[in-house]
Formats: sequence, structure tokens, C-alpha cells
Amino acid sequence: MKRGWKVAARGLSSPFVFKFISPSAKKKWAVFFFVFPGIALFLLFWVYPIVKGFQISFYKWSINPNLPSIFIGLANYQRALRDPVFWLALRNTVLYMAITVPGQIICALIVAVLLDRIKLGRVFFRTVYYLPVITSWVIVSVLFRYLFAEKGLINYLLTDLLHLMPPIPWFTKPGTALTVIMLLGIWKGIGWSMVIFLAALQTIPNELYEAARIDGANAWHEFWRITLPLLRPTMVFVLVMLVIGGFNVFISVQLITGGGPLNQTEVILSYMYKNAFSFLDFGYAASLSYLLATLIFVITLLQLKFLRKPTEMYY
Amino acid sequence: MKPMVWTALKYVLLFLGVVIMATPFVYMLSTSLKGPVYTFEYPPRLIPKEPTLSNFVEAWSTQNFGLYFRNSLIVAITATLLSALLSAMLAYAFARFDFKGKEFFFYVLLVALMIPGMTLLIPQFLLAKTLGLRNSLWGLILMYVTNNLSLNTFLLRGFFEQLPRDLEESVLIDGGWYFTIFFRIVLPLSKPALATVSIFTFLFCWDEYIWATVAIDEVSKRTLPVAIATFYTAHRTQWGLIFAASLIAFTPVLITYIALQKYFIKGLTAGAFK
Repeated sequence: MKRGWKVAARGLSSPFVFKFISPSAKKKWAVFFFVFPGIALFLLFWVYPIVKGFQISFYKWSINPNLPSIFIGLANYQRALRDPVFWLALRNTVLYMAITVPGQIICALIVAVLLDRIKLGRVFFRTVYYLPVITSWVIVSVLFRYLFAEKGLINYLLTDLLHLMPPIPWFTKPGTALTVIMLLGIWKGIGWSMVIFLAALQTIPNELYEAARIDGANAWHEFWRITLPLLRPTMVFVLVMLVIGGFNVFISVQLITGGGPLNQTEVILSYMYKNAFSFLDFGYAASLSYLLATLIFVITLLQLKFLRKPTEMYY
Repeated sequence: MKPMVWTALKYVLLFLGVVIMATPFVYMLSTSLKGPVYTFEYPPRLIPKEPTLSNFVEAWSTQNFGLYFRNSLIVAITATLLSALLSAMLAYAFARFDFKGKEFFFYVLLVALMIPGMTLLIPQFLLAKTLGLRNSLWGLILMYVTNNLSLNTFLLRGFFEQLPRDLEESVLIDGGWYFTIFFRIVLPLSKPALATVSIFTFLFCWDEYIWATVAIDEVSKRTLPVAIATFYTAHRTQWGLIFAASLIAFTPVLITYIALQKYFIKGLTAGAFK
């Protein structure tokens, strides 16, 4: 096979003149050719904006090009710390993360363990559990708004079918509205963690379980003493990714409640978005997004520092 | 517990999960197949009495979702091809060459993975305005390529590093160029990795909502997620139409996923087990 490639590669040599260009010059051109387009795009659309955004967060930014923006130092950041809606949004964001991350991990782990050693229908189950992951946030948010509507399927289930409680007007109170948003977050995310856990479970050699069984361990012991410890690196990876995702909750809030009633279900990004594109207060909005980015960055680094053993993970 | 009982219990639990996962989709489908009158019938019905495709027809033609579908397709396909090519080139440079600033760029790309995209929303919006990229599909395409650049570069770099070098060296000895190596040897050998990267990029572009809603005001330039969200905000009661439009948007995703499942699994686990 390899030989075949080599022969094929022979035919690829370039026109005669190129043979006189020195190998080191060749390499220089090649580096430029390969690196330039990607890095140029990255510098223009990522590095420049991140620096520019930081600058904006120190200004009372004027969206009118004829009026100057005024440098106000840390005033935007100080304003955030005194803004009760910011603290409410931060509380909601942290709450969302604190509930959906363990929710997703626990559900996904249960499904993965159940699926791990069955033979019939594995691909079917994996496909169905993964469906919400590939569906756009816009669609599932609208869908959950419909499911939890006053006369929707969920109220029908709770009231008429199971006789548990009278119909709940989910979206008129902040607590129940946030519950729907969190349920959506868990429901949509289970499949992602499940696929990763499942792949990790398959790397655990069967002999370990067999040896444990000879020693008299039951399924419960096997799970806590073998499965869970060996899943640890995977668990850290999933945790880090889900925490980042949790802090980034936005589309579901935007489409399901719009932050209402009365800002009660606002999260950081929905509040940031509102300040930027409804109130056109770019300076304040920029400072909010930098506060969130800093928070995420610090928490991610802390998690990596304290949870991962070196060489366990790539990023 | 006997093994048989345990297996049976496993299946019961798994099917319970399937009901929870799939019912919303079934409900969405059945609502879209009902005429406009029945969408909030109570008690709700999962199987419509007189199924009709009228919602799909209206969404596609009268409500312009045919056009939005085309926009989404143009953006997603162009951005995916461009992203695969540019990330592959960058990844190849990182895998094979030593150059000035290599370490530095590598770390910047790493940091880019950790910073939420929405931090850049405002400055990117201002930049797009300056460059005349608002209300243009190119504005979406270029931003999507950039957003996917770091992750795709990491995944591809990992793959390229495993490719045998001797083959490439033999081309160089024959006086060939690195471009020849890259396009005629490296890319063809990397089809599985490129497929994985492309699928995830395509899905990202197809579903992307936040940047699209900020960058596009013109109705005729909307992509599907923006169009669905706008339609939903404007016509809250026309659930049949909303879900017909949603299913029009969801179908290509579903087909891609079912046809190319193995690449999905590969891509997901590539990040986790490096």
C-alpha cells in the first residue's frame, strides 16, 4: 500500500525550473502560503474585535459617527456592580449552570451505562438520544414554548392524564419560566455527554469487571470502584465544556421569555444583548460581556488546574 | 438480580428515555401536519385527524422559507468548504513547519477556544458595518470560517501529525513543492478527518442564530434560524406554520446526521481522548 503511494507521488514532481529554487526558500514561501490566509482572517475577525471590544468597554460609546465617544475609565464596570439587574442576571446564569450541568452529567451517565453492554438497538437509542443535540437552539426553544403553553402537552399530562396538579401558567412567573429553560438545557444536552461517556466506557477492558466479579463485587460496586474512577478524565472534559456552555446560555432565554417578566429571567448574555441592541449602550454591554468572559476564563483555568492530571487531556 | 431481569429493566428505562427525547419531535411533526384550526386542540392529539401538507406549502412559498433555505445553503456550504481548506492549511503548517510566532499563534488559538463568541459580538458588529459586510451573506460566511478556525485547526493538526512523512519527503526530493504535497497527498489521505471537520462546521453554520440576527436586517438575506425566530415572534399563534418551517430547517440536519453518523462520533470523541 505504502509503496503504491510512493510510486504515485513520483509522478507529482514539479516543472523543471522549480528544481533550481533552494529548499529553504521553498520552505519560506510554503509557510507564508499555508499560514497567511487563516491567520489573516483570524487577526481581522477575532483578535482585532477582542481588543476593540475591550477598548469599547471603557467608553461611553457613541453609535453616531458624528458624536465622539467619551473615555470614562472603569465606570461601565462599576455601573455593572451596582446594577441590580446585572446581579439578578448573574444569579440566574449561575443557577442555570449549577442545575443543568449536574443534570446533564447524571442523566447522560445513566443512559451511557445502560447502553454500554446491550447489543440490540444500540445505534437506535444513541441516534434518538442525540437528536436534540443536532437540532438548532431556535427550533427547540420555540418547541418548548409550545410544549409548556397553557393548553400544551405538558399541562395536559400533569392535569388530565396524571391528575397531579392544576395547569401551570409556566411563563408568567420567573421561577417556573426558568424551570422550563433549565429543563430544555438538560434535555438538549444529554445526548452530547452520553456519546462521549459511551465512547469512554468502551475503552474500559472487560477483564476488570470479570476480575471484580470473581472477587464477589456486584454491579453497584463495579460502578463506583471501576467505572467511575476510570471515567475521571472524560468526566473532567465534559464538566469543563458544559460549564462553559452553561455560562453561555442565551438563545433559549431570548426566545422563551426574552428575559421577562420584568427582567426576572434575564441571564448575562440576554442582558448584554438587550443593552447593546435594544438600548444601544455598546459601552456598558461590552463591559458585561468582558465580565462574563473573564469569569468563564478563570473558572475554566481553575477547573483544569485542580481537576486534571497532566497528560490527561488535550484542552 | 438475574441477568434476564436486569436486561429487561435496562430496555424499559431506555425506552422511557426515548419517549422523553422523541415526544417533542413527534408533537412538532403532528402540529405541522394539522390545519391552522387544530393547533391548540385540547386534549392534544399526537396523530392529526386530517393530516395536510398545507403548512409546508405555505411556509415554503408564501412565507419565503424557500428563499431562506437557499440562503442558509449558500452560507453553510461556502463557509464549510472555505473553513476546511483554511484550517487544513493552517493545521498543516503547525504540524510540519517551524516558523516565527508559531508558539504564540498556537496559544492564541487555544485561548480563542475558551472565550465565548458573544464577547466579540459588539466589535464584530461594528467591524462588519465598517467593512460593508452587514446584510451580506459574505459577512456571515467570513465570520463562520473564523469562528470555526481554531477548533478545526486543532483537530486537523492532530490528524496530520500521524501521517507518514517519508512519502512527502520523496516528493520534495523529486523537486516537488509543498503545495503539491498538500493538495495531492495530504488532503486525499485526510478525507475522514476532513469529513468530520466539515460536518461539524456545516451544522454550526446551518444552525447559527446570534451573529446572523445581528448582521442581517434585510428580509431577503435571512437565514433559516433568523427567519424562524422572526416569524415566531411576529405570529405567535400560527404554530402549524412555525413548525413546518422548523421541520424544513431540520430535515437536512437529520439526513446529514443519519447518513454520516460515524463521523459525528469520531469528531466528538477526538476532543475528549487526545
